[in-house]
Amino acid sequence: MTVVGMVLVCGGVFFLVTGAVGLIRFPDIYTRMHAAGKCDTLGSLLVLTGLACHEGLVLASAKLLIVALFILITSPTATHAIARAARRNRIEGWTRGEDR
Amino acid sequence: MRKLFVFVMLFAVWLVLSGHFDPLHLAFGLVCSALVAQCSSKLLLAEVPAPHLPAAAWGAVRFLPWLLYEIFLANLHVVYLVCRPDRLRPQIVRFRTHLRGDVAKVVLGNAITLTPGTITLDIVGDEFIVHAVSDVSAASLQTGEMERRIGRALRQPAGAPPDGSGV
Repeated sequence: MTVVGMVLVCGGVFFLVTGAVGLIRFPDIYTRMHAAGKCDTLGSLLVLTGLACHEGLVLASAKLLIVALFILITSPTATHAIARAARRNRIEGWTRGEDR
Repeated sequence: MRKLFVFVMLFAVWLVLSGHFDPLHLAFGLVCSALVAQCSSKLLLAEVPAPHLPAAAWGAVRFLPWLLYEIFLANLHVVYLVCRPDRLRPQIVRFRTHLRGDVAKVVLGNAITLTPGTITLDIVGDEFIVHAVSDVSAASLQTGEMERRIGRALRQPAGAPPDGSGV
């Protein structure tokens, strides 16, 4: 179980790092939301479930799983709120062919 | 019935979060859950008819593994794009949904934001305005797979695939 936990945590860290790199490499706010919103969701989900596996069958892991479920709902909500705010303020998205 | 369902859910969360199983804390939990269920059960899941609540909960449980798998695929795609930013093709896709009710639309919007390179920008009535990061992501929206599964999970009749058109 410890090994499974370690693998999950490492996978989560991988996705979190990729998300951060994407945040820098992508051209505009919308594409950056993709990098930040999605990679962070899966990254933190994996880290939390990994920690839950590491703990085994105790109450703390149940709490971790509840936090994971919470993130599954709140993270896209926040992503959506930011993207929608950008759209309402008429921020033009980057399209193919423009300079970055 | 609805109150009982809300009460059971609240109390289960209380048990897990408090971690104390002595009579005093259990009594606190019972009183609080009962109060909240009494006052706000009409607000929570107001649109799902009460007899369908357990079925809807079961539907959500069956929907979750598929969603997690899709999230995983979505992330691999984003990872690929991070390595090859020249493959980006941002575009805005509009489509109409056949799902009825705010809960179903919120679930669909949330699921879209979570999965293949797509973010729900806005929901106007029945129309979803979605930002897709590449052609692959935009194509995955057009199948209507997600909509069907959510409709099934929430016990709504399946509709035809959305007549999506890239804008």
